Amino acid sequence: MFIALFGAVESGVIYAIMALGVYLSFRVLDFPDLTVDGSFVTGAGITGVLIVNGTPPVLATLIGALAGFIAGCITGILHTAGKINALLSGILMMIALYSINLRFMGQPTVSLLNESTLVSQIESLWASTGIDSALNGMLNVFELDRVPTTWAILIMMAILTLAIKFLLDYFLKTEIGLAIRATGDNQKMIRSLSANTNFLIIIGIGLSNGLVALSGALIGQHGGFANLNMGIGMIVIGLASVIIGEALFGKKTITRVTLAVIGGAIIYRVVVTVALRVDYLSIQSSDLKLITAILVIAALVTPKILQARKDKKRRQAKRAALMEQQKESEASA
Amino acid sequence: MLNIKDVSLTFNEDTPDEKKALQGIDLELNKGEFVTVIGSNGAGKSTLMNVVSGSLHPDVGDVFINDQNVVHLPEYKRSKMIGRVFQDPMAGTAPTMTIEENLAMAYARNKKRRLVPGVTKKRKDYFREYLESLNLGLEDRLNAKVGLLSGGERQALSLLMATFTEPHILLLDEHTAALDPSRAELITEITADVVGKFELTTMMVTHNMQQALDLGDRLFMMDKGEIIFDVKGEEKQNLTIKNLLDEFQRIRGKQIESDRAVLG
Repeated sequence: MFIALFGAVESGVIYAIMALGVYLSFRVLDFPDLTVDGSFVTGAGITGVLIVNGTPPVLATLIGALAGFIAGCITGILHTAGKINALLSGILMMIALYSINLRFMGQPTVSLLNESTLVSQIESLWASTGIDSALNGMLNVFELDRVPTTWAILIMMAILTLAIKFLLDYFLKTEIGLAIRATGDNQKMIRSLSANTNFLIIIGIGLSNGLVALSGALIGQHGGFANLNMGIGMIVIGLASVIIGEALFGKKTITRVTLAVIGGAIIYRVVVTVALRVDYLSIQSSDLKLITAILVIAALVTPKILQARKDKKRRQAKRAALMEQQKESEASA
Repeated sequence: MLNIKDVSLTFNEDTPDEKKALQGIDLELNKGEFVTVIGSNGAGKSTLMNVVSGSLHPDVGDVFINDQNVVHLPEYKRSKMIGRVFQDPMAGTAPTMTIEENLAMAYARNKKRRLVPGVTKKRKDYFREYLESLNLGLEDRLNAKVGLLSGGERQALSLLMATFTEPHILLLDEHTAALDPSRAELITEITADVVGKFELTTMMVTHNMQQALDLGDRLFMMDKGEIIFDVKGEEKQNLTIKNLLDEFQRIRGKQIESDRAVLG
């Protein structure tokens, strides 16, 4: 169980980059962008093919992310210049990317098992530091049967994800970042303040999908393969992460929300892993999409029910106090 | 400063719904001139504003700001030169962002937006100083989300955001109409203040004739897409509501149709 949870947190940290991308489009720009399902695969596929053909993994990963950025920009152009509804332009791009990804990959699955990837490079660099044995030594206290083979991915990916979080926080507070946020908040107003909202939407959706593709590229290298269908339902997983994170950790400031989104992504992975391992539930991996949908619905509905109940209790308490007062004054009179 | 030459705009041309919103409008505003625009509903006041701001493009005619023809410039490019306040108090600010962030966006209006922090220590002091001039206590709430402010406060903030970069042209589109009388009066006062302070070339649409008489140094009356009455200087100062109504009757040979225009 510990190893499974460890693995869940590990991939959760990588999926968190995708969730940050979804946060940027869905929350900041208020643009429900379905390109994500395609651009995640674009990142994984292009990076995979480049690695197989001998491109250095770091460069291949960056090119994968860039390809996602371009795909996102095209969705943005469809919506702004083409004046196509936001949802529809995302769907169109997602469908188009399915064919484009297959063209790039040449086959539905690209295996990276015997290749030198970013992940394997980090692991071998890490092995020489000896941090693993020190960390696993600390775990001995819990008397586990098995300890993780390497902490490299968890720690290095956590550093990368946090770095992206801080960059995103900074970006959203720059003059351009403020204008992007205002575009999602009140387009008429920011246009009257001389911001080119079309350009900002294109850049914003591009950046969002760049992050999604980067996440896909890393997940592909982490899992050892890129598959044409690995992006199906990715947007919902991203939404689940954003919504669960916001519900659990709050959304007061940008810095807080981006951290919450990362937390949401990790928790989502943990929940899924636990659900799959509880035998008497007999959940199969094909049930995961249903579980995801239920999670999102629960995270959306529960806070509202709780708030309504809290308000009702408060009103009832006030009413009761008032009645009490009246009774007392009647009694004294 | 603002020069409009022979601008016409027709909506739904060649259909039963055809509406000539503007018919051969010619006007020239000098620097620092403050004109109030009145007229009944559908007279073309807002269309005129939108043609200046660039949210609508005229069929024919030119719009010059500072001797530069801007008629083909998109809205966002013109907004570098134009400050605007809308009728809806919710329209001029971003509700999920803080007061200082909103001000920072307005501050960047006439500059190129860059990848540098929008809110800095220096700018905060600057914002605080300007907010103090409103006397609404907003200077102590720089970090409050704008969505938490009342309509009057938001409109005052919008007005500040539209003016403090000293735009070439200020457009006010019935910006007090959605507020209660005391708030409307406050915004009217602030308007007179800032326009005077920065000597802004201003065009204000209003349904309130008294307001149109009290504010500004020039007055247009519009009807059916034309400016039918243009008065300035001393003559404007001596105008009364009765003069205006008589004038309309004299020119158009009938009474103003909209009660709202009279009583508003």
